[in-house]
Amino acid sequence: MSADVELDHLTIRFGNFVALQDANLRIPAGSFFSFLGPSGCGKTTILRAISGFLDPSEGHVRIGGEDMAGIPPNNRPTALIFQNLALFPLMKVWENIAFGLEVRRVPKAQRRERAQELLELIALPNQGEKLVSELSGGQRQRVAIARALAVEPEVLLLDEPLSALDLKLRQHMRTELRAIQQRVGITFIYITHDQGEALIMSDQIAVMSQGVIQQIGSGPEIYENPKTPFVASFVGENNAFTGRVASADANHAAVETHFGALRGRNSAGLKTGDQAILFVRPEILQLGAGTQGNALKSKVLAKEFEGFASHIHLANSQGERHISFSTSQEEALNISPGEEATVHFSPDRAIALPLGELAHE
Amino acid sequence: MSKVSDFFAEFVRRNGATISVYLFTAVIFWIAVLIVLPQLYMLDFSFRFNLPPSKIGTEEDVHTLKNYKYLLFGAEGNPNAFNWLHLEVFFRTIWAAVLVTILNLVICYPVAYYMTQVISGGKARIFILCLILPFWINEILRAFAFRILFGLNGPINFALVHLGIVPEPVEFIKADIALYTGLAYAYMLLMIFPLYNAIESLDHNQIDAARDLGSPWWRIHWRVVIPHAKPGIASGCTMVFMLTAGALAAPQILGGPSSLWFTQVIYQWFYTGGNWPQGAAYAFVLLTACIVFVLTMMRIFRVSLGEIAK
Ligand SMILES: Nc1ncnc2c1ncn2[C@@H]1O[C@H](COP(=O)(O)OP(=O)(O)O)[C@@H](O)[C@H]1O
Ligand SMILES: [Mg+2]
Repeated sequence: MSADVELDHLTIRFGNFVALQDANLRIPAGSFFSFLGPSGCGKTTILRAISGFLDPSEGHVRIGGEDMAGIPPNNRPTALIFQNLALFPLMKVWENIAFGLEVRRVPKAQRRERAQELLELIALPNQGEKLVSELSGGQRQRVAIARALAVEPEVLLLDEPLSALDLKLRQHMRTELRAIQQRVGITFIYITHDQGEALIMSDQIAVMSQGVIQQIGSGPEIYENPKTPFVASFVGENNAFTGRVASADANHAAVETHFGALRGRNSAGLKTGDQAILFVRPEILQLGAGTQGNALKSKVLAKEFEGFASHIHLANSQGERHISFSTSQEEALNISPGEEATVHFSPDRAIALPLGELAHE
Repeated sequence: MSKVSDFFAEFVRRNGATISVYLFTAVIFWIAVLIVLPQLYMLDFSFRFNLPPSKIGTEEDVHTLKNYKYLLFGAEGNPNAFNWLHLEVFFRTIWAAVLVTILNLVICYPVAYYMTQVISGGKARIFILCLILPFWINEILRAFAFRILFGLNGPINFALVHLGIVPEPVEFIKADIALYTGLAYAYMLLMIFPLYNAIESLDHNQIDAARDLGSPWWRIHWRVVIPHAKPGIASGCTMVFMLTAGALAAPQILGGPSSLWFTQVIYQWFYTGGNWPQGAAYAFVLLTACIVFVLTMMRIFRVSLGEIAK
């Protein structure tokens, strides 16, 4: 069983501080949905509201169409995986996993059996008798997932579950989490500040900043069509050029940058004279003058050669450092710091947006 | 063995020779002269006859089990098989100390839980202050205050009678209610603080996790909070039990006319009876019984001494 989750004008305040402002969205049943945003933007707050540990200041949380107001966490069809896992250190691994069943008064023999099945699902079949403290970080992570799955929730809520793991394990667990989600078929709501994780695993992503949901969409939508400068700069790498719009039509806008007028898509309806930011992803930059205009005459500040690619840092003629990109083009091998270089990009892949808040690195 | 010498070497290296020597001397003096020697002296005393000073050290001054026998069987010519008078006081004291300890735990656990997991920071500190302040008042004064509170004409009876809850004043002191309440109150802090420390170290997310998995509140306590707090519960209970069983002031002041505390019997042997060996024997029986009782309880509840000291 899997249920959809709906946030309807959901606002949460702590005193005067607005931790979540007017969130509206619907998470389809059985999907993998991520909230992506920097630390402190209100992600945990959303999860705690969905799981019932926080009451909405305004608005509603609906699960499977039912308003959750007044329903405590123990009676919601959700299971939460805590940021620090919160496994029970005094219980054995299998008792941890079976705790939710113990609560539901399932007889011990059945509890053991179910715990064994779940241990197999998470590929730890022989670890049931151990204490949690005897497991490695990645194993504990999986036990936390099994403990939550044991109660057969309709919605699984995961609060940055991979953040404590090292890089290798994190990459491995991404694939594994996605696989588990597809196997059990329930709704996963996943929280992360790591855009790579969100892009790889999610059907849909909501990008947040300071309590406000900036954009909701699939990974490619958010990556290719950011709606705000925050989303453009937070998701993936982007070179940002600030300037006034020199000319605009329905499709493209030309922004007056330090490198001259450069064109990008005008999906936000910018008009001539508006303050704007042009976002150019590093991977769309090509060495050479190209044929469509949009060529940047620049000086090479530095080049780092890393085998499969060269990382090149460019400055405009005043010598200010402004662009970085990586390329595996053959021409890159021949350029060296101090030289002139021209790069270009397709105006259809860059995007111009109204001036706004950028994500801080 | 090498571990011990390593420890000393490390200790001296860290603190310097002078301070190390001072600390070791102080600790050894403390343990040997202030604790072990007097107790050994008392122990020896409890195995001797009650002789006038002139005969101490003469050949009449020999060891005997007489004082211990007395507690069990009474004086020679006692018509009963056992010395029921004192044995009853002894068992009632232990039993009452157990009840007082349980009462204390039942009162303090929710308070400690509330202070650590429900409210936090500043509020909790004010709470602690409110708990500590009354203990600035001396134990005897507090006991007399309870006597007044629970007296026949005391404020509690006054309120109960005037509110029409009882027709006549209740004899709290005669029924030992004043005594148990006073004893529970006297050592409350020794229960609160170990519990406070133990429960405070519990990650609140564990409580939330249990709740999220569907657990009702009582099962959260039973499966998560109490197991975590077990060492604190054990150490609080041990201290309260020992001190309650050994209390003298509260039973003296708050005890009903017919109920004697075992410590009062000991006191009588030493002072009224002038029979120190007899008093020492009684005191050792009480001490041994308390230790055995506590160790048994620890075994039953599977707590180790090391955990308690944490
Ligand atoms: N119980 C609370 N009381 C006051 N402020 C809180 C509380 N919980 C969270 N906040 C604040 O709300 C903001 C969002 O917190 P959180 O949802 O934990 O962020 P995230 O999980 O995205 O890092 C933070 O600024 C945090 O300080
Ligand atoms: Mg968080």
